[in-house]
Amino acid sequence: MKGRSVITVNASPAAVYAQWRDFERLPTFMYHLESVRDTGGGRSHWVAKAPAGTTVEWDAELTDDIPQERIAWRSLEGASVGNSGSVQFRPAPGGRATEVHVELGYDPPGGAIGSMVAKLFGEEPNQQISDDLRRFKQLVETGEIARSDGSPLGSRTQNLVHQHDAHPHDAHPTGDDEPGKGELDATPEEARA
Amino acid sequence: MKATCWMGANRVEVREVPDPKILNPRDAIVRITSTAICGSDLHLYDGYMPTMEKGDILGHEFMGEVVEVGPGAASKVAVGDRVVVPFPIACGACLNCERGLYSVCENSNPNAAMAEKAFGFPSAGIFGYSHLTGGYAGGQAEYARVPFADVGPLKIESDLSDEQVLFLSDILPTGYMGAEMCDIKPGDIVAVWGAGPVGQLALASARLLGAEKVIAIDRFPYRLEMAAANTGAETINYEGTDVNDALKEMTGGRGPDACIDAVGMEAHHGTGVIQAYDRVKQAVRLESDRPHALRQAITCCRNGGVVSVVGVYGGLVDKFPIGSLMNRSLTIKSGQCHVQRYMKPLLDHIEAGRIDPTFIITHRLDLEQAPDGYETFKHKQDDCMKVVMTPSS
Ligand SMILES: NC(=O)c1ccc[n+]([C@@H]2O[C@H](COP(=O)([O-])OP(=O)(O)OC[C@H]3O[C@@H](n4cnc5c(N)ncnc54)[C@H](O)[C@@H]3O)[C@@H](O)[C@H]2O)c1
Ligand SMILES: [Zn+2]
Ligand SMILES: [Zn+2]
Repeated sequence: MKGRSVITVNASPAAVYAQWRDFERLPTFMYHLESVRDTGGGRSHWVAKAPAGTTVEWDAELTDDIPQERIAWRSLEGASVGNSGSVQFRPAPGGRATEVHVELGYDPPGGAIGSMVAKLFGEEPNQQISDDLRRFKQLVETGEIARSDGSPLGSRTQNLVHQHDAHPHDAHPTGDDEPGKGELDATPEEARA
Repeated sequence: MKATCWMGANRVEVREVPDPKILNPRDAIVRITSTAICGSDLHLYDGYMPTMEKGDILGHEFMGEVVEVGPGAASKVAVGDRVVVPFPIACGACLNCERGLYSVCENSNPNAAMAEKAFGFPSAGIFGYSHLTGGYAGGQAEYARVPFADVGPLKIESDLSDEQVLFLSDILPTGYMGAEMCDIKPGDIVAVWGAGPVGQLALASARLLGAEKVIAIDRFPYRLEMAAANTGAETINYEGTDVNDALKEMTGGRGPDACIDAVGMEAHHGTGVIQAYDRVKQAVRLESDRPHALRQAITCCRNGGVVSVVGVYGGLVDKFPIGSLMNRSLTIKSGQCHVQRYMKPLLDHIEAGRIDPTFIITHRLDLEQAPDGYETFKHKQDDCMKVVMTPSS
């Protein structure tokens, strides 16, 4: 399964590269991730959210890291869900901004985990990456992720059909009291961190 | 707090809802002192705009006092500031904001993907204006959360009254942008379809920008009279008059140099076959908007002229006179107003007495009376032009 998307970010390739290269911050805009830990030597440990409060974990290594240009990674042998990804930073015409091109690939095994990953990622892979990129752009350009009372968690296309009404809520649900707004979401506090 | 909630087509209720909270670092909370009902709200009230949810708080024209500021906005706004809040929510940092195109800010619509599917590319977040524009709670309420408070809100430091500055939030900049898009040159004649609040302020702005003659087109005599009295407009009541003929008569047969559509998607029909056509198509949802005024603005414009569209459209129209537009070298310009771009210069005009938008206010209500306000404004009862509401607390 492959997915790709692109967005233009109004900052220099150096700045945009630096923000992405800070892997531990990826979960703030990639909502399917719970955490990424830099384990040194080009390696990192990834934890992704899975249904019913479970997680999927794997270790990954950098396969390419060219400052201001490209970062690529792939999961190490033994990952329950093999995956790889790359992000390219290209100066936008006029030298005013940076085009960020992302490609992700998943190689799900058979069985329960496989079908779960397929469900998480497979339905609209490009849309999920595009949502992530939009939040990334918001973080780089504005320092925050756009949130409204109707979408307290910021953009997540899967949730759009289950909007809150646009008025303040005493507690923003992060649980499963609403279809489509399950444990996959970061709470506002998490996403803001 | 009390807030005006959309409860379905033709139903608003003032309800008790939780107070807004700061959600993001650049937010502020504003205690609202004055808030207005806009023609755009009527599109929601009438059920023309999709993606409304029961309970949504309406309102995008408001001002008040800052009562809480997030750490990211504290360098620009402070508790106690008196501010007018622009209706488009804009970050000030994306490429479009840098170009002054605030109503197409790339970062303020959490439901950008939804808007992208509807429009091709997303538009900005707007207060109280459906989930397509972000699902933001609006300002016909006691309090509102204002994102990017360091960019949008305009501080009022003089002792101008709320009524004098409130319309900087929307309709004064909108009318002004409608006129500015006409690229008015000395001697120009500008015709404006719709003599509602936006039309009135477009007429006044066209004058300010040097139009030699302005013409107002509507069917409500009280609205046409207001335009004549306050902006010196000549008027055409399209009921019982052929607008095209009348305009030719008023322009020596050339047609107006620029035509402004200040009506939008719910244009009242003229008569005849095309009316029946739109009605049938709309009934089966094949056409979402009624472009009667827009069609006329195009076909009446002089060769090589400009058609400026500030009336709001939501979706698709039929029988669009592209042949007339193309073969006669017309230019169309449009947009939700980039309010942030105009607030300061227009405040200067107000302070200098060159524009006084208060002439359009006909109804002053308590917030609790919002349901009456909507009905009166919608049906143009009691010579209603503009409803301004104040929360009682
Ligand atoms: N572009 C923007 O940023 C922006 C901002 C505010 C409002 N608007 C839009 O501007 C439009 C007008 O707003 P308003 O507050 O003045 O509303 P309004 O409803 O008070 O005024 C509309 C006027 O148009 C008249 N009209 C209807 N059909 C007509 C026709 N066929 N020919 C001529 N006149 C006709 C009505 O009689 C009415 O007087 C609305 O579509 C509103 O959504 C746009
Ligand atoms: Zn408005
Ligand atoms: Zn912006």
